[in-house]
Amino acid sequence: MTAILSATGITAKHGRNTVLHNVDLSLKAGEIVTIVGPNGSGKSTLLRVLIGALKPTKGKVTRKDGLRIGYVPQKLHIDPTMPMTVRRFLDLPTPVSDEDAVHALCTSGAQGVHSQQMASLSGGQFQRVLLARAILGRPDVLMLDEATQGLDQPGSARFYQQIDAVRRELNCAVLMVSHELHVVMSASDRVICLNGHVCCEGTPDVVSAAPAYRELFGTGTGGALALYRHEHDHHHHHEAAE
Amino acid sequence: MLDDFMLRATLAAIGTAISAGALGCFVVWRRMAYFGDATAHAAILGVALALLFGTSIFLGVGFIAFLMSVLIFALSGKGQSVDTILGVLSHGALALGLVAVTMIPNQRINLDAYLFGDVLTVTRGDLGIIWIGAVVVALVLWRHWTALLTSTLSPDLAYAAGMNPRREQLVLTLLLAAVVAVAIKVVGALLITAMLIIPAAAARNFAKTPEHMAFMASGIAALAAFGGVRLSVLLDTPVGPTIICVATAFFALGAVSSLVRRAA
Repeated sequence: MTAILSATGITAKHGRNTVLHNVDLSLKAGEIVTIVGPNGSGKSTLLRVLIGALKPTKGKVTRKDGLRIGYVPQKLHIDPTMPMTVRRFLDLPTPVSDEDAVHALCTSGAQGVHSQQMASLSGGQFQRVLLARAILGRPDVLMLDEATQGLDQPGSARFYQQIDAVRRELNCAVLMVSHELHVVMSASDRVICLNGHVCCEGTPDVVSAAPAYRELFGTGTGGALALYRHEHDHHHHHEAAE
Repeated sequence: MLDDFMLRATLAAIGTAISAGALGCFVVWRRMAYFGDATAHAAILGVALALLFGTSIFLGVGFIAFLMSVLIFALSGKGQSVDTILGVLSHGALALGLVAVTMIPNQRINLDAYLFGDVLTVTRGDLGIIWIGAVVVALVLWRHWTALLTSTLSPDLAYAAGMNPRREQLVLTLLLAAVVAVAIKVVGALLITAMLIIPAAAARNFAKTPEHMAFMASGIAALAAFGGVRLSVLLDTPVGPTIICVATAFFALGAVSSLVRRAA
């Protein structure tokens, strides 16, 4: 299968600092890829390059023709001077029918909020509405940038379950950025461990065993940060890291 | 029918108010008040240029406001702290304009007219230009509405949707220059920002969606313009400041009523 989105040799700056060095990445249709890495490793910068918000100083991003991106930002600040109902927000950038809006809210687990002001939502509801908006454009790829920041652990676990449900319904690719390794890795087809450059890459099994990954997250912390594997319905077998 | 100066003044004020009210919402949402100030203050320099070259005031003001807004636009992409630069540009341009106006030979102009507006002297030609400007601003706003709104919420969301938020920001700055040119005769350089911000702030108390707020801001601005012109004749007060006073009264009314609603 060919890639729907690929980046080759990306070098990019955040402000004056070069935070990405020669990064390659490709994404196939329907694939779930998670980018993990410590703070400041360039995860968000990479996403911003991929959505076209940031021009890389070197390298190239190639998208499938007409690729639709559903983007869920890390956080969205709506200025308090701007009134904005959930329903109106879902119409950005393209107006959608009421039926679709309600359906997207249900799929995202935020039913019943559509007439509320965005400012009155709780953190979890807000993220779900962002997710609903992102899926309304029927994206080929859903991109989430630390979308569970500010949610407690059960909250973010539920959020990731929701993403799994969304992906099954839309059959889209998912590209996530996270540092919540234990939740995210179990659901990913492929994990990219980033620290300015790609340290290692592969299935969760391969990455969790890779020395570069262990160095970043693993051994020194007495297992607290090492990979924790969920009970999951497909082929992964339980093993050591727990 | 446009022979009556009162009618011309009222129509000029309403035309300006409608476009300023709607555009003002973006000024408020994007926290561009200082940006508006800088562009508006530069208008005095435009007046000086227009007098020097004997061209239309609208042309001189529009040109300088355009230059100023493009300059600020270019600078705003560079660093995080534009606040100080805006302050320098805003007051620097105002002072330069004030000095330049007095240096023009064989001109004894009434500076107050440009600082605070002089809507009672608008001609039919002025009125035509004001309304053409207002309609153009409204049309561009309408066409770019979704892109402007998305870019205002989050540039990254706009990029992901294939929009170009930098371009939208440029559109907004050009509209601002147009409104400054249109408004200079009505409320004057010093109160243009008030015309942008106060109706929008008043509308915020009632609105539920951005569109709702923009329509209400235009409506409130138009009411303030109408009421301000009438009231100024009645009380023999300057028109521009009276319009702003009425708009401020609407804001106060809105703030109080929303307090009452919240308490209830």
